[in-house]
Amino acid sequence: MKQEFTITVYTEDHIGLINRIAIIFSRRKINIGSINAGPTEVETIHRFTIVITETEEVVQKITKQIEKQVDVLKAFYNTDDELVWQEMAMYKVPTKIIAEQVKVERLLRQYGANTVVIRNDYTVFETTGQREEINALAQALEPWGLIEFVRSARIAIIKSSHGLHKALLEFEAAEPSEPVVENEFLDQRDGVFTL
Amino acid sequence: MERTFEENKQKASDKTQLVQQLSGSQIVLEAFLHEGVKTIFGYPGGAIMPIYDALYDYTDRLEHILVRHEQGAIHAAQGYARVSGKTGIVFATSGPGATNLVTGLADALIDSTPLVCITGQVFAHLLGTDAFQETDVINITTPVTKWNYQVTDADELPSVLAKAFHIAGSGRPGPVLIDITKNAQLQKTDYRGYTPCNYIRSYRPKPIPRAEYIEAAAVLINSAKKPLVVFGQGVLLGNAEKEFTAFIEKAGIPSAWTILGMSAIPTSHPLGVGMVGMHGNYGPNLLTNECDLLIAIGMRFDDRVTGRLDMYAKQAKIIHMDIDPAEIDKNVKTDVPVWGDCKETLPALTALINKKEHKEWLQKFKDCAEKENLKVIQGEMFPVEEVLTMAEVINHLNELTNGEAIIVTDVGQHQMVACRYAKYQHSKSNITSGGLGTMGFALPAAIGAAYGDTSRTVVAVIGDGGVQMTIQELGTIMQFKPNVKILILNNCFLGMVRQWQQLFHEKRYSFVDIQSPDFVQVAKGYGIPGQSVNKRSNLNGALKTMLEHEGSYLLEVMVGKENNVFPMVPQGKSVSDIVLSRDEM
Ligand SMILES: Cc1ncc(C[n+]2csc(CCOP(=O)(O)OP(=O)(O)O)c2C)c(N)n1
Repeated sequence: MKQEFTITVYTEDHIGLINRIAIIFSRRKINIGSINAGPTEVETIHRFTIVITETEEVVQKITKQIEKQVDVLKAFYNTDDELVWQEMAMYKVPTKIIAEQVKVERLLRQYGANTVVIRNDYTVFETTGQREEINALAQALEPWGLIEFVRSARIAIIKSSHGLHKALLEFEAAEPSEPVVENEFLDQRDGVFTL
Repeated sequence: MERTFEENKQKASDKTQLVQQLSGSQIVLEAFLHEGVKTIFGYPGGAIMPIYDALYDYTDRLEHILVRHEQGAIHAAQGYARVSGKTGIVFATSGPGATNLVTGLADALIDSTPLVCITGQVFAHLLGTDAFQETDVINITTPVTKWNYQVTDADELPSVLAKAFHIAGSGRPGPVLIDITKNAQLQKTDYRGYTPCNYIRSYRPKPIPRAEYIEAAAVLINSAKKPLVVFGQGVLLGNAEKEFTAFIEKAGIPSAWTILGMSAIPTSHPLGVGMVGMHGNYGPNLLTNECDLLIAIGMRFDDRVTGRLDMYAKQAKIIHMDIDPAEIDKNVKTDVPVWGDCKETLPALTALINKKEHKEWLQKFKDCAEKENLKVIQGEMFPVEEVLTMAEVINHLNELTNGEAIIVTDVGQHQMVACRYAKYQHSKSNITSGGLGTMGFALPAAIGAAYGDTSRTVVAVIGDGGVQMTIQELGTIMQFKPNVKILILNNCFLGMVRQWQQLFHEKRYSFVDIQSPDFVQVAKGYGIPGQSVNKRSNLNGALKTMLEHEGSYLLEVMVGKENNVFPMVPQGKSVSDIVLSRDEM
């Protein structure tokens, strides 16, 4: 049975790693529901949060293939109920509508939307929550002239244990990572000598 | 083998007390010397010229073989690695040079062959500008490398190269590609010596064996009535031939090899029951579905081995021993996983098992072998028809080489026949493209094999189709004179495809009637002597001439045009549906 799984991957902060991880899915023609890449509480270690809808067997195999990559520190997967997870969304709505329609204002309040920007022509709201709520608000705003809607990838924290926090800190202290060398020449084209 | 970090540092500083000013290119070659590299297979070009320039001063310490195509370089490095157990080294330039490596990288990844490939790249400031001969080599090769990395600053080179060698050769080996921009090759920098790498914090090459699984495996083995071992290349890669032999001999278990596991034990070993797989032997395929315990060692349950997965060894308990945790449960569900290096896990297991013999069970394999012998092998080896068979050629070769030769095969019918009938006395003697099935592999791989072990005879067995895919490497043989015996089994067809068209597509022979040049004349053009035979009476003598000739030699044997390889597990069928002839299909 297919269901939603969240794969969490701790990696080195290396260029090209996102591709190496992404192709593990595309090679098997698995659609990535959402992917978030970003820092962790340890500066040199990165964290990927990937959501897919698949059978547990497939997810288990995929996770092993990810962990097999040289620059991956750890990969594991969870079902939704094992996680605290959130997504964020922003909604751009004509300011006029909000001013005139009590219903819209009520709607925004009901969903706990926060105002980010107010302009004469439009207002941007934000909500943070789970997929269903976010989608429901977007749908409810649709008839009221929703101009733009964007939803972020999922980020998730594992309910059980203390996470990997302590382990990560100890790990980084014991075995510091190497600095990443980026292409410092790219924007100095004119000044660089060519053979 | 493994040194501590401190020892490595000490060793490096002993040699290089002083800080030297070296170019990135020189650093690459210094790293090679530290890693014990002797032979490089490569082809120069614009973006790798600084490295070739530096190489000019290292030719007394590093041997470079100039191939005729980069695919030839990487296959040669594969042949070298597979025979020697060392990491193969490749040089190629950017753009087309690098893209020509892709087939070999894919082949090396799927067949777990350790390689370090160095590609030149355009200047760092030109990256992403569609500069001349710029391709995105890192992204093109990501799916076909164990690890790859682009170096834009020479300071990085010592540590990156050390990592490259460590990653390529450790754990489940595989190809590594290092792309070095031209500025980094030219850049002069302080060189403080080379420190080999034996640890990377995110990389666990060897999972730690778990005692409870080894114990559980021993319990299953001790109670099994009909155990079967299927072993793969893991035994050879782990240099665990001795440990493996001790294990099967104590347990008395019939043992079958995969195409890549072949030669880990001598083919004549009394417990060796032949090859599994689509064109493997009758007994091990059939009895896979009768054993009560299947012990898979260093193999990965390829579909060519398992046939229909839902009908594969369903009655048996499965023990899977492998160094790569991602292989466990990938294709076949395991009852007891024993991850770890089989050089360590096998002795631990052997210590826990009872000494046994499985005489009756082994007799079943012998009965099957007898049946296969009568129905297939006798007719193939000693045909009554006038046309020559591939099997009789291999049979004569066995007699003349006494199983001492390294046999490198290409892909197709001749590959299956060679692997079915070749006799081996020594490990690392059967070199073939298993997982990828790359036509054109054999000729360059045989060149590499000849450098990998100069003391042994290397015979490349190739089809008339495959040899034309990399035939330009005859030029490499001409120039550098490795000793390679080229045996072309010419059936005037792309035989394996023709066989399938005959069996599964109503004999609609669609573009399989390949024409060939006069191979003997072609070889002659490259200064390589040879002959062509089509008569039985000349076969043995011609093979003898080939083997006794001092240098390389090309022998073409004209064989039956429409002969088929049997037994066969038809695609989509269970291993126990193996057929011995067309009539059974
Ligand atoms: C590069 C590549 N292209 C195509 C194939 C598909 N293929 C597999 S076997 C075969 C025929 C090989 O013919 P030949 O080299 O004459 O050997 P034979 O089977 O006749 O012994 C082909 C075309 C392949 N394995 N590799």
